[in-house]
This record gives sequence, C-alpha cells and structure tokens, in this order.
Amino acid sequence: MSDVANRIKEEVTTNDVVLFMKGTPVFPQCGFSAAVVEVLDHMGVRFKGVNVLVDPAIRQGIKEFSDWPTIPQLYVKGEFIGGCDIVREMYETGELEQVFKDKGVAVQQAA
Amino acid sequence: MGAMAAAIDRKLSAALAPARLVIIDDSAKHAGHAGAREGGESHFTVDIVSAAFAGKSRVARQRMVYGLLKEEFDAGLHALALITRTPDEAG
Repeated sequence: MSDVANRIKEEVTTNDVVLFMKGTPVFPQCGFSAAVVEVLDHMGVRFKGVNVLVDPAIRQGIKEFSDWPTIPQLYVKGEFIGGCDIVREMYETGELEQVFKDKGVAVQQAA
Repeated sequence: MGAMAAAIDRKLSAALAPARLVIIDDSAKHAGHAGAREGGESHFTVDIVSAAFAGKSRVARQRMVYGLLKEEFDAGLHALALITRTPDEAG
C-alpha cells in the first residue's frame, strides 16, 4: 500500500468518524462538504474533519482509496458510508442514526 | 444541452436503459468555486430511474454511475448530485 493509502487507513481506523472534506468543519469551502458537516453537527456526532484542500496527496489518494471520485467522503469506524447525497438521504430516513448506534458512536440529537 | 451534458446523457442512457433520466446543469451555482470551470458544465444534478439499480446499495449505485462517467470526470466534470432509484422506488 502506498504511503498516502497508509495515512488514510490510519485516519479512518484511529478516529471513529472521519469526514474528508474541502475546508474545515468550522469553515467548509464547498456546499457539499458544508451539508455533511451540518448533518453531523445536528446529530451531535463528534468527528474529525480532514481538509483535502491543504493536502493534494490525500485529495487524490482518498479517491483511489474508496474508489469514489468526489469529496466529501464520510467514514465511520473505518467503513466508507458515502458522499453528500447518500449521507443526507440516510439522515432523512433515520438510517444514519442507526449506523452510528450499530457502530457504537455517540449521537446526541437535539430534541 | 452542452457537450458534457450530452455525453452524460448518452453514456447513462446506453448503459442503464433508464425509465427516467433528468440532467440539470448546476454549474452556475458553483461559479468561482475551485472546481468550477470556464464555460460551466462542471456540476450537475442527475436523477436516474433504472431497473439496473435493483438490489444494489446506495454506494454501489453511485459507483456504477461514477464508473460510467470516468472519462467525463477526467475531462473536467467535478461533482454530481445523484438521485438513483429503481422504478419501484420512484413509484
């Protein structure tokens, strides 16, 4: 495995929830990334944001790692969940909350 | 329809025999963004209804679409908002 693939693997295995995104959770620089941050914030899920804009190797490497050509990409306990459309759809149907629960990730949804 | 939209239409139509295929160019909404190109045609919403998605997960469905459009991504297509449903799901 290449260096960058190893770095990605380490990110997604040492952090429960990782979002590869453009910009940071506080200042997303892409509407699709912002939409996923909004869902995770709303659910009260703690996650690590990895800003691919400051790391070209990760930006390219993550696409190969997941065989997925676009950013953002959400990982939970090492498993690739999807991009913006999938995350939003799973949030709306309640499946995303179930994924977090099944994987033992704390969710603190506002009442 | 621009050249990119036409290519998306042609490839998805040929491979997925969609019951419904709607391609909307959202590029103007992303103007000035790093992935936007001169002349637009970088961002699209694509709504596809196809029996080819039956029995496949969301990730698998989108991977199918991305796989079919690999050349387009290499040629400047930047992002797709995808709706991938089977005829049953679309109702």
